[in-house]
Amino acid sequence: MSVRTIATTRSAAGLPTGRLAVWWVLVSEIVIFGGVLVSYVMHRLGHPEWAAEAAHTNMWAGGFNTLVLLTSSLSAVLAHQAAEGGDGPKAARLLRLTALGGLIFLTVKSFEWTHEIREGFTIQAGGFWSYYYTAAGLHAFHVLAGAVIMLFIAADAAKNRDLHRVENIGIYWHFVDIVWIFLFPLLYIAK
Amino acid sequence: MTTAAHAESHGPHRNYVGIWGILTVLLLISVTGPLLGIRTVTLITAFGVALIKAYLVAKNFMHLDIERPIVHFMLAVVLTLMVLLYAGLAPDVQKSEGSHWKKSAGFHYVSEQARGKAETESEHGSPPDRK
Repeated sequence: MSVRTIATTRSAAGLPTGRLAVWWVLVSEIVIFGGVLVSYVMHRLGHPEWAAEAAHTNMWAGGFNTLVLLTSSLSAVLAHQAAEGGDGPKAARLLRLTALGGLIFLTVKSFEWTHEIREGFTIQAGGFWSYYYTAAGLHAFHVLAGAVIMLFIAADAAKNRDLHRVENIGIYWHFVDIVWIFLFPLLYIAK
Repeated sequence: MTTAAHAESHGPHRNYVGIWGILTVLLLISVTGPLLGIRTVTLITAFGVALIKAYLVAKNFMHLDIERPIVHFMLAVVLTLMVLLYAGLAPDVQKSEGSHWKKSAGFHYVSEQARGKAETESEHGSPPDRK
């Protein structure tokens, strides 16, 4: 006997409970990322000299990673479209492609950080670098978590099981994309 | 919710690849704009374009335009909190001095009263230990 979770069988507040739960997670994430970003913006405006520190970040690596995340968002929404059409195997393939995007993002970031740390720009090198590693590190953790969860959901979707979860993980992934859309100019472009 | 009902709930057909193309062009603008070295252009191409990109992703990929009102309400509440956070803290963080205080080196500020007391103590030796 298969067990159905409440999230798949109940619809509260006019939308499925699972999707509502994802939105609750995201609004709490907005408070977390928003707090970090608002705090960074305040200190950045109060410290024009941080521009010299920001000049050491690699805009091209950040730009490439933005393209990777935007493309992975495309595959995530196409996976959702496939799930809506009842094509679980196709949704699973697209979800795995999305997770691959997350892996590429993290690989680029690890090379970037290795180079910066070797240059002496550690998390203790100053106010700018503290924010840089905190904000980008927190974001990278979310990319990693999203990619891992996505692989679990893809395994079920391949068997046409729990296809509604494809949309839920997609919403989370697009949020992670939006956070990076704001982190990129703040940390890499404003010099 | 069944798959068919789910499909119905997501409104008209969207050209996702086309939207991705627009996002990619906007990314190119945000990267090349700052190369001109003009501050206003940098602000517009970096942050203005970021707002447009975020809007496009939220509207078309997250389907926020057809999401239930409760989600819009939840988002409005937390975004308002972020604005309040900035409005409440920015004057202290961004200003170097106020009516009764001035920032010392680094991030910390000391009140005029505490500064005067510290100077007096340094002239007359260390203050006694508090018990």
